[in-house]
Amino acid sequence: MVSQGKRIVIVGATSAIAEHCARLWVTDTEIELILVGRDLDKTERVAADLRVRNPRATLRVLVADFLEPSAISALVDAVVSAGPVDIVLIAHGALPEQASCQNDLRECRDALTVNAISPVLFAEAFIAPMQQAGHGTLAIMGSVAGDRGRRSNYVYGAAKGLVTRYAQGLQHRVAGSGVAVVLIKPGPTDTPMTAHLKAQGSRLAAVDDVAGQVVEGIARRAPVVYAPAKWRLIMLVIRHLPRFIFNRMSI
Amino acid sequence: MVAMASWGRLGYWEHDVCALSDRSRVVQQIRGGLTGIAYGMGRSYGDVCLNPGGVLWNTTGLDRFIHFDEASGRLACEAGVLLRDIQQLALPRGWMLPVTPGTQLVTVGGAIANDVHGKNHHVRGSFGDHVHGLTLVRTDGQTLECGPELEPEWFAATVGGLGLTGVIVEAEIQLRRAEGPWLDTETLPYDSLEAFLAMADHSESGWEHTVAWIDCVAGKRGRGVFMRARPGVASARPVPRRRELRVPFAPPVSLVNRWSLRPFNSFYYRLKRRRSGRAVAHYESFFYPLDALHEWNRLYGRDGFYQYQSVVPRDDGARAVRAMLDEIARAGDGSFLAVLKTFGERESPGMLSFPRHGVTLALDFPNRGARTLKLFERLDAIVSEVGGRLYPAKDARMSRAMFEAGYPRLDEFMQFRDPGISSAMSRRLMGS
Repeated sequence: MVSQGKRIVIVGATSAIAEHCARLWVTDTEIELILVGRDLDKTERVAADLRVRNPRATLRVLVADFLEPSAISALVDAVVSAGPVDIVLIAHGALPEQASCQNDLRECRDALTVNAISPVLFAEAFIAPMQQAGHGTLAIMGSVAGDRGRRSNYVYGAAKGLVTRYAQGLQHRVAGSGVAVVLIKPGPTDTPMTAHLKAQGSRLAAVDDVAGQVVEGIARRAPVVYAPAKWRLIMLVIRHLPRFIFNRMSI
Repeated sequence: MVAMASWGRLGYWEHDVCALSDRSRVVQQIRGGLTGIAYGMGRSYGDVCLNPGGVLWNTTGLDRFIHFDEASGRLACEAGVLLRDIQQLALPRGWMLPVTPGTQLVTVGGAIANDVHGKNHHVRGSFGDHVHGLTLVRTDGQTLECGPELEPEWFAATVGGLGLTGVIVEAEIQLRRAEGPWLDTETLPYDSLEAFLAMADHSESGWEHTVAWIDCVAGKRGRGVFMRARPGVASARPVPRRRELRVPFAPPVSLVNRWSLRPFNSFYYRLKRRRSGRAVAHYESFFYPLDALHEWNRLYGRDGFYQYQSVVPRDDGARAVRAMLDEIARAGDGSFLAVLKTFGERESPGMLSFPRHGVTLALDFPNRGARTLKLFERLDAIVSEVGGRLYPAKDARMSRAMFEAGYPRLDEFMQFRDPGISSAMSRRLMGS
């Protein structure tokens, strides 16, 4: 999957898609995985599982305040000063209830902060040293929800839309530098984050399939990875639907 | 609310599904509210994993390994880890599950709660015999550790306890040494029940795994195919590529029916007879032949199917099995997946564990409503008469009296129940 001796940083390592990506990466014999989380116990549990899956892998657990710029830059400095990184996956996020975002501005702000600002700060902190080293792949988690705003989740969608536009700019910035930026857009996936959707009977993609496509897309350094791939086509159609049709749809 | 079914697909019922994925949060998640029951892969056939109108705690997100000691073979993991994942993790390191049922797509928690068995019961007992300990979370907020030495009563109640003593969140299990994925197998046709029992007795010493398929439409004599296997030597032969298929939808009527069964069974018997003899098999094709056919339960059509698995004492085995086969033939019904196996003398670890010394017969029948249930009542009479019992993991319809007669430690078990946990089966067989 990846060549030997890789260093991979996963921000939001307890998120289900990230955890399943880690399970794929960890099978590689000589790999160092640096798991960054908000909750130490939870992140340690993910690390313990990965250690069982490959006792020869090196696993490090770091915790940080994901909303505090100085904490983020200190963490990134510590990571990159120990050596160059091959892959950074920024995967954290939280799916808010759209209704509570509409009714409570605090919820709205929190959703925008955790899904847009925090991942951007991490990416911004990592990209400079990567660009300096002229090496590495930075992958950041967007969402199909960021492709077009719709009433059922536009606050989350707006945050992911910000990530989309940010990743685009970053790709422009690093073009020709040896660094790749991969924007990942998962469709609805069966994870704890979407448990309430599943409880309402939505059909969701299996998280290990989605992770497989993410890992493969990162290896290919694809600019945009839709996972599952069918969402590329679905969103192409949705993005281009004329407003007078789109606004009548209940999606 | 989501419509959920068990493997038998006898019906879809609305449940409030709650996903468990963080083992430190299970205490809060299951506390208070409506009664619930743990639901893993939904591979039990009847209503043991269902709770219509109530909560299902989906455990498949609790899928982390915790610790594996490669020197001793002790593996600690969360309860939603699949047996498949354990096999894939352990085999390259020279270990394997000591007991496995006929599918590896089940969770560790489900394997313990149903105290599942495999083809090697006469050598290794049931799944619960290899559990060093487990962590149980109760709906009153209590977290309890138990094992064969620690709180042994709680352990005996929970192994085979049908999920009713609490939610199992972690377990430590003992793996067994395995040189590789290969088994030395032998397939022998037999033409009477006596011949089957003789083969089973004769194989007990030299063969770890024994099981037989029985052609239950062939008439009185009870012909079939006996299969036995033992761990093979390590070999570098290539692992066969498994062709995996999926049954795309459930047809309106069962594809397993009185017209298809006779030619199908006849064909299968002849095929197996022609291929009888020794062979080397990969463990997946020997242990889990049906895992390659995804959603095979759809073959029985929209109305679903019942599995009827009984165990009868060894001495009355041949007589009772023959009487059951006669009854099935008389009803004009039949089963393709008819499996016959002897259980060893070892006492089972759980108060409600199914295995006991004797002969077990598993049959499945498309659901044809009242006539299928009538047939089961006649089979019940045969099983009861010789003091046998039915397997709760497969059951969707046995009477409370039949359950009480088959499981003499039920009263003892009831003290360990969690009042916040209830299933369709517990209400049917225990009144709550």
